[in-house]
Amino acid sequence: MNDDLDDLKAMMDAATPRPDAARRAENIALAQKNFADIQGSRTAPRPTSTNRPKGLWTGVRTMLNTMTTKGALTTTTALVACGFLLLTPQAQDLLRPPSNPQITMTEFDTIRSAPQDGVASVAEDVMATNTIAPESSSALPQVQQLPLTMPEQDESFANRATAPAERSRLAIKDAQDTGETAPTPPTPAPEASIAMESTALSDAVEGAAELAPAAPPNMRGLSGAVTEEIMILPAPASQPDARFIAPPAQTEAFANADTNPLRITSEDPVSTFSIDVDTASYAIVRSSLSRGQLPPAQAVRIEEMINYFPYDYPAPDLGEAPFRPTVTTFQTPWNADTQLVHIALQGQMPALDDGPPLNLVFLIDTSGSMDDPAKLPLLKQSFRLMVDRLRPQDEVAIVEYAGSAGQVLAPTPASDRTTILQAIQGLGAGGSTNGQGGLEQAYAIADAMATNGEVSRVILATDGDFNVGISNPDALKAFIADKRDTGTYLSVLGFGRGNLDDATMQALAQNGNGTAAYIDTLSEAQKVLVDQLSGALFAIAEDVKVQVEFNPAQVAEYRLIGYETRALNREDFNNDAVDAGELGAGHSVTAIYEITPVGSPAQLSDPLRYAPNTVASASDELGFVKLRYKAPGADVSQLIETPIVGSGIPGTEANFAAAIAGFGQLLRNPQYLGDWGYDAAIALANANRGEDAFGYRTEAVQLMRLAQSLSR
Amino acid sequence: MRMMTSDEDLATAAASGDGAAFASLLDRHYDRLFAFCFRLTGARAEAEDLTQDICAALPAKLASYQGRAKVTTWLYRVAVNAAHDRRRKRATYMKASDGWGDWETGRKAAIADTSAQLDWLTAAMNQLNDDLRDTLALVLDDMTHAQAAEVLGVSEGTISWRISEAKKALRAIKEKEDAV
Repeated sequence: MNDDLDDLKAMMDAATPRPDAARRAENIALAQKNFADIQGSRTAPRPTSTNRPKGLWTGVRTMLNTMTTKGALTTTTALVACGFLLLTPQAQDLLRPPSNPQITMTEFDTIRSAPQDGVASVAEDVMATNTIAPESSSALPQVQQLPLTMPEQDESFANRATAPAERSRLAIKDAQDTGETAPTPPTPAPEASIAMESTALSDAVEGAAELAPAAPPNMRGLSGAVTEEIMILPAPASQPDARFIAPPAQTEAFANADTNPLRITSEDPVSTFSIDVDTASYAIVRSSLSRGQLPPAQAVRIEEMINYFPYDYPAPDLGEAPFRPTVTTFQTPWNADTQLVHIALQGQMPALDDGPPLNLVFLIDTSGSMDDPAKLPLLKQSFRLMVDRLRPQDEVAIVEYAGSAGQVLAPTPASDRTTILQAIQGLGAGGSTNGQGGLEQAYAIADAMATNGEVSRVILATDGDFNVGISNPDALKAFIADKRDTGTYLSVLGFGRGNLDDATMQALAQNGNGTAAYIDTLSEAQKVLVDQLSGALFAIAEDVKVQVEFNPAQVAEYRLIGYETRALNREDFNNDAVDAGELGAGHSVTAIYEITPVGSPAQLSDPLRYAPNTVASASDELGFVKLRYKAPGADVSQLIETPIVGSGIPGTEANFAAAIAGFGQLLRNPQYLGDWGYDAAIALANANRGEDAFGYRTEAVQLMRLAQSLSR
Repeated sequence: MRMMTSDEDLATAAASGDGAAFASLLDRHYDRLFAFCFRLTGARAEAEDLTQDICAALPAKLASYQGRAKVTTWLYRVAVNAAHDRRRKRATYMKASDGWGDWETGRKAAIADTSAQLDWLTAAMNQLNDDLRDTLALVLDDMTHAQAAEVLGVSEGTISWRISEAKKALRAIKEKEDAV
């Protein structure tokens, strides 16, 4: 909607009167009366009675009364005799030849096994929607609850997966509803076949139950522009039943930019970007793959996939800078003639209990579009997990927003757990989404709660579908950037698929000094809100920027893998006014460059014939890494510098990061990978899973396998 | 618990005879329905009457609710149809009353005066033709083009075209006014 219409809408809203209360009551009463009248006509007694005396003999008498001829009586008697012979087991024993005793058994078997398949597939669907790690014991009640209380919601998931009409648009705001997708329960047969297909495809991934026919491969070719409209028509075979209604148009918008191009060192030796500790993209990729679709290329942000995993990088010593950079160079897995420069930052891990008291404002989207098992119910569970981890000195307030924003819970100490949990449990979905109104109120409450030395943070939980107030990501950015200066952090948690507005969520988190995470399962909530809670809540360094200068005497070409949405201008590095990413306590950040050494056969560009050869440096450094960060709350940045030196042997951590970088490129744009494919990525990741205490890397390998199957 | 139930579930329950579900559904949507009727008609009294028509007919229409569409989409479709019926009735009446002479002319002048006092937008919207007006009313009600297309039973492209036509027309009206 452009400005013209916005003005018009504002005028119209102002002109629209409230309905007259008396007329309202009158009209509703009229409607109810008519309703009752209609019901009455259905239930009123019929003029002729149907309750005539019943019974076998009545029927026989009627038959005898109406059938008068002898022939007719003989015919019916013969029919009854045949029926007796065919339908009773004893009579069948008389008929059946002794050589063929198996017929009834087989029939019985198929009859019995069909519903079992149906049950199995429902059970697997449940697993798919709630991939719960076995170690999270608090998740168990959820497992038992879901199949009992929400069967039709599971079905709506299955529907969505089997008919992948997917449509991404920036502007469409569509509230979708589960009730629409599954008016009739699906017959077990198509589901059962899908479930079997999935077993064949992958024994590994939890979400494999709903493998739809593979998404068309041209999905991969679409890249870049956020506003691009993608329409993937459902494959003919994916319509299992005429009674199935096509799923509602999906209106997902993803933030991304064109893949970083190859740079020629002699022309453009400096690369600058902001760190990114978001993990949303990996979770979105996982959610797509688990539903049996390759993720849209714009949904893949490689840096977020790499940074999803915890790495065992060397941590800084006490008294040092809040994080420690480690730079290693090693041979590229997908190209023997190039090198990867692996830049790792490891943040220090202060003890959680010693941190300053937290003021948390949960800003919860309760609009109609949140009414989905993967949204509001999962959100409630997730926040319950988190509340259990807060300390007594922390305070929590809850604001919900739908058509209008409202405070649900006044600031309450975390020790008063019951009150907080009750407030969370009482949230219900309905109405449109006035995100801006909610944000304003949440920031106002956060300001009121803040006293010296406390950390305030607004935690926004939404599907990103802002359709009232400011809904344009650019305008939201300006609004958030203004609020950022008050010192309040903003974390964004994304929920649900279908109308996920990833672009808006990214805009909010990147401009609000915060992080964006996407919660698709309770185990992801466990990771973000419990295992890595301190990282999510305490920033140890703000506005962390990275600038790398490559040495043209050593490096002919370079390419930054990922960080497309985080690129900064060269001059922004020293400008403390320019915002950049935050590093949370204990977080690690990885950035990977692929470089082509001078003289390597892999060089893609020819040297210029007429340009003066200015390379005079005899240094054997490949380049120089500069990092800038601010201590939390500080205005002036500090500098850390470290050179990039020659090639070495990669450790487990660097190898795994490289494998994920390769996986991301396979999903997004494999143009630089040559014939390096999923097999090699899986082998590399599998060999470098390391300790993997939480099983994240194992899961990544499973996702790679799934993507391999789907991309064939 | 009822507030948690989705519109579609309520509508399905109401269609099978649950009076409480029907009451709750209507109560939930009455205000929005009225606002939409106001957009369709441009006058408060007209909107009240149209809402009454819809309320009176709704129980019978409910039987046609299949659970396919969202309740709001279905309800808006009912509203647009009811508005059409009203307009048609009025057009017949106007035709019949065209030859009534001076008394009728005087009455029409009075109506014209009243509409001049209405705010600019309502007056301008009254000058649009019915299709453009219905479309605009839907889109101004936070409906996407796709949803409006579903309500009106036309293609999404038609909606986009109508919106641009409506904008053009409104701009023309505004220019004419500014010139005066």
